[in-house]
Amino acid sequence: MDRHRRQALKSGGGLSLVALLAAAGWIDPAAAAPAEAWNKAAFQTHDMDSTLKALGDGTPVPSANVVFFSTPDIAENGAVVPVGITSKVPNTESIAILVEKNPNMLAALFEIPTGTEPAITTRVKMRETSNVYALVKAGGNYYVTSKEIKVTLGGCGG
Amino acid sequence: MPDPMKIRANLVGDSTEVKVLMSHEMDTGLAKDSSGKVIPAWFIQKVTVLHNDQQVLYAQWGTAVSKNPFMSFKFKGGAKGDKVTITWVDNHNETRTDSAVVG
Repeated sequence: MDRHRRQALKSGGGLSLVALLAAAGWIDPAAAAPAEAWNKAAFQTHDMDSTLKALGDGTPVPSANVVFFSTPDIAENGAVVPVGITSKVPNTESIAILVEKNPNMLAALFEIPTGTEPAITTRVKMRETSNVYALVKAGGNYYVTSKEIKVTLGGCGG
Repeated sequence: MPDPMKIRANLVGDSTEVKVLMSHEMDTGLAKDSSGKVIPAWFIQKVTVLHNDQQVLYAQWGTAVSKNPFMSFKFKGGAKGDKVTITWVDNHNETRTDSAVVG
């Protein structure tokens, strides 16, 4: 008589609490997901100007306060290029990684709330040897630094 | 259901260092399979990181983030036993949430 309940408990064992609650109809799974939008326009751009425009306009100033770390000069595998960026600009709001010669220039955008250190590392794909830009937004202004990374093997897999 | 994330959250001085490895194909939509057919784009677009209930990072990603994405960063504060929760959403609207305890 309690079989259905038992099955539900059994099958729920491996699921996360959120999924379980969602399955039970208690919470809307969409409500648990990030509410912020994904900036589609910014991820379809091919040059710095249009990327900046899509991100909200501004002219980036080259800055020695934006620094690459743990980022190689030569990447053997373009599919997995480690990139670390730190910003010493006060009130850093976001850090973006742009790869000039990729099909779409913007690779990733990290929004940094107060209390989070303005330093991130990740891994990106690079089609070919290219300049990589670290673009920082702080106090409404943009700061940029660039670094050329040589790619020995392209990262597009095709 | 996608594979779980591997999350490490450790106290380093007065900050908590978060490292995460996600399991995702991150297809660009530009590569072709062995039969010459284009593999459609399939990639994580949004990542949120919560410390207990407070957001400490929000990321938007394009197709250029590597397969099985890795990310690390630090936030100030945090104590042993606090919860770090990471959620990603991909362009198929598939989502996954995992947590780790600060150690």
